[in-house]
Amino acid sequence: MAYYDRSSAGDNLARGLGWFSIGLGVAELMAGRSIARWMGMEDKTNLIRAYGVREITAGVGLLALGDPKPWIWSRIAGDAVDMATLAAGMKDNPRAGNARIAFGAVMAATALDVVCAQKLHQEEAYYRSLPVPDYSDRSGFPRPVSAMRGAASDAPVGEDMRTPKILRFQPAQSQSANS
Amino acid sequence: MRALVWHGANDIRCDTVPDPEIEHPRDAIVKVTTCAICGSDLHLHDNVMPGMEKGDIVGHEFMGEVMEVGSEAKSALKVGERVVVPFTIWCGECDQCKRGNYSVCERSNRNKAMADKLFGHTTAGLFGYTHLTGGYAGGQAEYVRVPMADRTHIKIPGGLTDEQVLFLGDIFPTGWQAAAQCDIQPTDTVAIWGCGPVGQMTIRSAILLGARQVIAIDRVPERLAMAKAGGAITIDFEEESVVERLNELTGGKGPEKCIDAVGMEAHATATLDSMYDRAKQALMLESDRAHVLREMIYVCRPAGTLSIPGVYGGLVDKMPFGMAMNKGLTWRMGQTHVNRWTDDLLNRIQEGQIDPSFVITHTVPLDQGPEMYKTFRDKRDGCIKVVLKP
Ligand SMILES: NC(=O)c1ccc[n+]([C@@H]2O[C@H](COP(=O)([O-])OP(=O)(O)OC[C@H]3O[C@@H](n4cnc5c(N)ncnc54)[C@H](O)[C@@H]3O)[C@@H](O)[C@H]2O)c1
Ligand SMILES: [Zn+2]
Ligand SMILES: [Zn+2]
Repeated sequence: MAYYDRSSAGDNLARGLGWFSIGLGVAELMAGRSIARWMGMEDKTNLIRAYGVREITAGVGLLALGDPKPWIWSRIAGDAVDMATLAAGMKDNPRAGNARIAFGAVMAATALDVVCAQKLHQEEAYYRSLPVPDYSDRSGFPRPVSAMRGAASDAPVGEDMRTPKILRFQPAQSQSANS
Repeated sequence: MRALVWHGANDIRCDTVPDPEIEHPRDAIVKVTTCAICGSDLHLHDNVMPGMEKGDIVGHEFMGEVMEVGSEAKSALKVGERVVVPFTIWCGECDQCKRGNYSVCERSNRNKAMADKLFGHTTAGLFGYTHLTGGYAGGQAEYVRVPMADRTHIKIPGGLTDEQVLFLGDIFPTGWQAAAQCDIQPTDTVAIWGCGPVGQMTIRSAILLGARQVIAIDRVPERLAMAKAGGAITIDFEEESVVERLNELTGGKGPEKCIDAVGMEAHATATLDSMYDRAKQALMLESDRAHVLREMIYVCRPAGTLSIPGVYGGLVDKMPFGMAMNKGLTWRMGQTHVNRWTDDLLNRIQEGQIDPSFVITHTVPLDQGPEMYKTFRDKRDGCIKVVLKP
């Protein structure tokens, strides 16, 4: 099973990155045009907005319960896409300086993402290395299961807990409504 | 006295609080000798159940010795008697109680007006379980006030350990009712989602009630091993497709009876609906993750029965109701009518037909309770059931 612990160091970092994703995503979505203009890449406004949606999705995933690892990996993949877009946009761009600043910021975030992913995988490896206790002798029954099957079929169960006879799955002959 | 107190999400502490006192002539005060953490307590710990307030004492699976009895409970209960306390408080006099529907007692919830608004009609008062069900102080404490104590108790004869009988107050009858309300036939396949303590009790109950085949679903290896020990065929939902395996094991027809012993905190699996639930829950647009319910509706044999002991708190989304309706499924669900079953189950324990203490993996003093909530929730250290000693 995939182990994760929603109170570990790796998890706290993942949550932090989740909030960061949401913040960045909202900014990209709401201020896509200004961001694009600042980087001299106005033709990419819609793309930046789409990236905003991607960031918000990853952020929600990281903050929700459950395993954060897939979401961290999705962030790393997203970072790569961001960097590719920025690199392409720097050619013949009078504002390439600003695009370079953005590129640096994405690189810093990527580094954090990678650290977080590593931590989470280390934690999983640690949990996996712990011995699995052996509960194979804990049946709760005094005798083998085969001897216990149906031992309580006489138990008092009120009519209100019963299924109407016609709905019981019994061998075919007793199924007829008229019998 | 010392008690486990709710302070907010992920924040249960062992605090010193005032001792409880008799407030009503039907009350009794019980000195707790043993109590347990229930899967339902995790919903409070994780703050996914509405209606908790800072300072609430938690816990609803407990037993102990009667210390003091109010004047109107004296005919039924004596000081010094040993009792398990059921988590559902019941009056014994209302229409529902007369039918044995104790978990929907009409009179034991002192916040009836609030519950009437939220649920349409009130359900029973519960110990340590939100103000919607009365806001009664719970049993993870040294002492507890038991309202309507002349009814709300199970007397325990000598010769049995606390560990053998403690679960009569909750998870044993819960597993039992989950299986009993399926009306298990000797030809039935019973599929049980969740191998936590409730799932484990359900597996044993289904075997005792005579199911031909019991299939248990989870992903935690030691829980699956314990399920197997109890007679179940196991499915690890992270390794295999639950639907495919269930169809394989039932000649393609699906199980006749499906039981949800997981509830509203179902684990996300790699399916679309799970991702959807997680996102909506994080945005607070949905309170309960219903992956298991959807899977049960899908895989259940038409005209089969769904039994739901797993707790849900509010709204679920994307429920394939058309599928359920067209397949003509029967739904059985609810909090357990504990006292309806306990005479019979106590007998079975005494006769040695079952010993529910098999499920206990951790026993610690009460003040270690807060850590154990986390160990239990995160399934660390092979933890399946935690017992606390005040
Ligand atoms: N109806 C009642 O009166 C009553 C009484 C007690 C407990 N409960 C409820 O029963 C439920 C189980 O309680 P518990 O003490 O066993 O808790 P638990 O949390 O220990 O057990 C839940 C189990 O379900 C497994 N699980 C999670 N997602 C799953 C999935 N998608 N498929 C299959 N298994 C999955 C988990 O791994 C875990 O082992 C809880 O919702 C609890 O509130 C109801
Ligand atoms: Zn419980
Ligand atoms: Zn009543």
